[in-house]
Amino acid sequence: MHELAVTESLLRTASDYGEKNHADKVTALNIVIGSLSGIVNDSVQFYWDIITANTLCEGSKLKFCKIPAKFNCQACGNEYEIASELIPCPKCGSMDLRIIQGDEFSLESIEIEKSDQ
Amino acid sequence: MGTKTIPIVKKILNANDQIAQENNKVFKDNNILTINVMASPGSGKTSMILRTIKELSSMCRIGVIEGDTAPVTIDSDKVSNLDIPVTQINTGGECHLDAMMVRKGMEQLDLTNLDLLIIENVGNLICPAAFKLGEDFSVVVASIPEGDDKPYKYPNIYRGIQALILNKIDLLPYLDFDMDYFQKGIEVLNPGVSFFPLSCKTGEKFGPWINWLKNYL
Repeated sequence: MHELAVTESLLRTASDYGEKNHADKVTALNIVIGSLSGIVNDSVQFYWDIITANTLCEGSKLKFCKIPAKFNCQACGNEYEIASELIPCPKCGSMDLRIIQGDEFSLESIEIEKSDQ
Repeated sequence: MGTKTIPIVKKILNANDQIAQENNKVFKDNNILTINVMASPGSGKTSMILRTIKELSSMCRIGVIEGDTAPVTIDSDKVSNLDIPVTQINTGGECHLDAMMVRKGMEQLDLTNLDLLIIENVGNLICPAAFKLGEDFSVVVASIPEGDDKPYKYPNIYRGIQALILNKIDLLPYLDFDMDYFQKGIEVLNPGVSFFPLSCKTGEKFGPWINWLKNYL
C-alpha cells in the first residue's frame, strides 16, 4: 500500500548514484525483495513508469530478485520456505520456528550508460 | 557510449530510517520516552492511549501525536479533553506515518515539557511496520474480535515490537479466540515480547502494562 513512497525513494537513490557516476542514462535497477517485506513489485513497477518521466531513469527497467521467506524449525531442524503466511513445519508440525530470511528490500546496483571520455 | 553496473546495496527505506534516528536523538536530548502505537482500525488504540493517560498523567507529562488519514479530529479531541497537548498529522490518505511526518508533528509540541510522547499510528496492520518514526518502543494493540489468526496473516507488524497488548479480553467468553494459537504465532515472530492481555473498557489487567511503561519513565 505504501509503494508510491517506496518508489520515490528508489528514484532518489538511483538518480543520486547515476549523477555521481556521470551517467547519461540509468538503464536498469537491480532490486532484492524479500517476500516478508510487504512490497508488491507490480505496484512499484506501475508507479516507476509514471514518476521517472523526464528523469535520468526514464525508460529504465526494474529487475526484481525475489527472496522467499525461509524458516528454521527449532524442533526438528528442518528449513523450509513459505509464500507469505506463517505455516507450521511441514515435516514435524511444530510451531517453534525462527525466521531466517525474507525481510530483504534493497537496491543492489544500477546499470548506467555513459559516454566514453 | 559504454555501459556499467554501479554497486549500491542500500536499504530502500534508509532515508526514512535516518530521519527516524534524528528524531530519536531529539527525544533523547529532551529525556522523552516515545512509543509508537500500531494496530488495525478498531482494535482500541485510542482507548488504550486515553486510559494510559488517565493512569499516568499524575506522575509524568504526556503528549500525543495523532496520525489520521483524514482531517477528522475525533481522536485528538478525546485527548485534548484530558488537557493533554496533542497534535494531529493528516497523512492525506497515506496508509502510515513516516519519520518526516512525525518531525512536523514534533514541531507543534513543546518537547521541553514532556516525559512521555505517545504516537498513534494510522490504523493498518501492514504499512506502519516498515516505517520507523524515532520511537523508543513500538507497541501493537491487537484485540480479541480481530481473531487469533492475525499473527499468521500479518506477520510483519508483530516483529520488532517491544510490547504487544491484546485488548478486549472482556469479550473472550463470547468469541472463539484460541489464545494458545495466537501466542504460538507471536512466539515465532517475536520470541519473548512483553505481552499484555487486558481490557481498556473494564480496566481488567491494565496494571501490568502501566507498570511496564513506568519502568522506563
